Amino acid sequence: MKIVVCVKQIIDPEIPTEQFKLDPASKRQVRGGLSLVISAYDQNAVEVALQLREKAGGTITVLSLGAPEAQGAIKSAMGMGADAGVLVTDPAFVGSDSFGVAHILAQAVRKIGNPDLVLTGCVSGDTGNKMIGPLLAEELGLPCLSFVSRLEVNDRTVVARRIMEDGYERVEGPLPLVASILSDDGNVPRYSKLKDIMAAARKTVPVWNAADLGVAAAKVGAAGRRLDLRDVTVPHRESRCEVVGGETPTEQAERLALRLRELKVI
Amino acid sequence: MVDVLVVAEAQGGGPSRNTLEALGAARALAGGTRGTVTAAVLGGVVDGLAPALFAGGADTVLWLERPLLDGPEPEAMVAALVQIVPQVGAQVVLMADDFRGREVAPRLAHRLQAGLVTEASGVGVEGETVLFRRQLYGGRCLAEIGANRFPVIATVKPRSIEPAAERVGHRGVETRMPVTLAGSTVRTRVLERVSEEVRGVRLENARVVVSGGRGLKGPEPFRQLEELAQVLKGAVGATRAATDAGWVPLSWQVGQTGKTVSPDLYIAVGVSGAIQHLAGMSGAKTIVAINTDPDAPIFKMAHLGVVGDFKAVLPPFIAAIKALAAS
Repeated sequence: MKIVVCVKQIIDPEIPTEQFKLDPASKRQVRGGLSLVISAYDQNAVEVALQLREKAGGTITVLSLGAPEAQGAIKSAMGMGADAGVLVTDPAFVGSDSFGVAHILAQAVRKIGNPDLVLTGCVSGDTGNKMIGPLLAEELGLPCLSFVSRLEVNDRTVVARRIMEDGYERVEGPLPLVASILSDDGNVPRYSKLKDIMAAARKTVPVWNAADLGVAAAKVGAAGRRLDLRDVTVPHRESRCEVVGGETPTEQAERLALRLRELKVI
Repeated sequence: MVDVLVVAEAQGGGPSRNTLEALGAARALAGGTRGTVTAAVLGGVVDGLAPALFAGGADTVLWLERPLLDGPEPEAMVAALVQIVPQVGAQVVLMADDFRGREVAPRLAHRLQAGLVTEASGVGVEGETVLFRRQLYGGRCLAEIGANRFPVIATVKPRSIEPAAERVGHRGVETRMPVTLAGSTVRTRVLERVSEEVRGVRLENARVVVSGGRGLKGPEPFRQLEELAQVLKGAVGATRAATDAGWVPLSWQVGQTGKTVSPDLYIAVGVSGAIQHLAGMSGAKTIVAINTDPDAPIFKMAHLGVVGDFKAVLPPFIAAIKALAAS
């Protein structure tokens, strides 16, 4: 089994509100000194790949498109146990929309060479467009299973648990295919072992640019955007929490109930 | 003139709430521009659905009858809509931002070379530009996105846009449109559906939601939350931490990858307030937080807060609410 997992490096989304800064020119978050992490669901995707490899053997390649620092996300996924990594970076890629990103990733997947399975997280923790999995499937001409939390491979068939609003579906599709991964209690990302982190640090991660991938300039970057991001604002939200006090938990509870009644909420 | 196609779905014989909200967005776009709203129903005629769609804002109802469109795979829906959108000539295609819509919309956009906005929480028209609003960075920011080339596709974030004012007795046109679908078009197949039984109110429609997070430390305390929800005629939700731990089903998750709720009252119990959770409940009118950690981010979002252990606070709280209800 040859598995490619796409991961995105993002600014830690769980920073306190006061540390969140927006750059008015680029309409993007300012990195500043904030730490970078792998987007949460991408880690679940790596975990799913590792579990599949444990059962069926094979190799896992972690693919990331981003700034040169995204090397760090690749190394940390390799520290979890992935075999290899590829970084795709080029100033020409900056400002690409999801269609551009999917096109670049698809070219990189082709260059890595005919995987059986391409996995993505189901949503990124920053822009949160939820588009990349299905768009990659379209770019590669492959079937897609979106928002799946578990995958089994039997011969050339995948059986997956696809989450729906009121439960889930067991759904099957033929390899090769693209799947976007949602977290559940079966794919909680494992902790990296020190020896794997050390081994990953020693490995070289190839870096590919637009020319390496044969990506046309018109499809990517700001020029390739299909829509116009006109404005991004940070809504002013006043912290106005009224703390309900009391000497004992019972007093707190009763005051809370009375306050809700006063406010005609209950 | 903005003509809009809404991908409609039935639920319990009528349009789903998500469909009514998408129709609300469609009317907001078409109404001021003398455009038309077409509701496309994939999967056979449903008795009584058309009048409800007309009342909800549709001018035309399109029935797309094909066996493959019954309980359809996203790939079948994409194949059908690729044919329908150009025939209808819609500038804007709207569908619900649900699990199926989130796969269908990107694939449709790719095939039509159209722009796409997911999780649209607002729409508008300015001259020749169709505008969408959506959150970014887990709700920390609001983006305004303009479309100047058409068609453009958007998924509508549930509980963000109001349904249109009901047009009682409004009659529109019903049309059947042929769709060509080869069996080989659809490469994935459902083997089994496992639905969780909804006891009481549906989470996404509830006026009161009681949610539990990591602070509950296990599945058992959710019984207390269920009791509170029952007293308040509400539903129980959970954070990603709680569903990832396997304490409660994934369908209970509120947040970026779960359900969006906008109840009158949201009671967050042992919920820290991770951005990914806030994205699903920030529209609640009154937010109450019960948490032992006074510095938990949830208190920045909450209107009323109790700093304390839920195990000690919930029983007297439930008793007090029962007493107030009886008085």
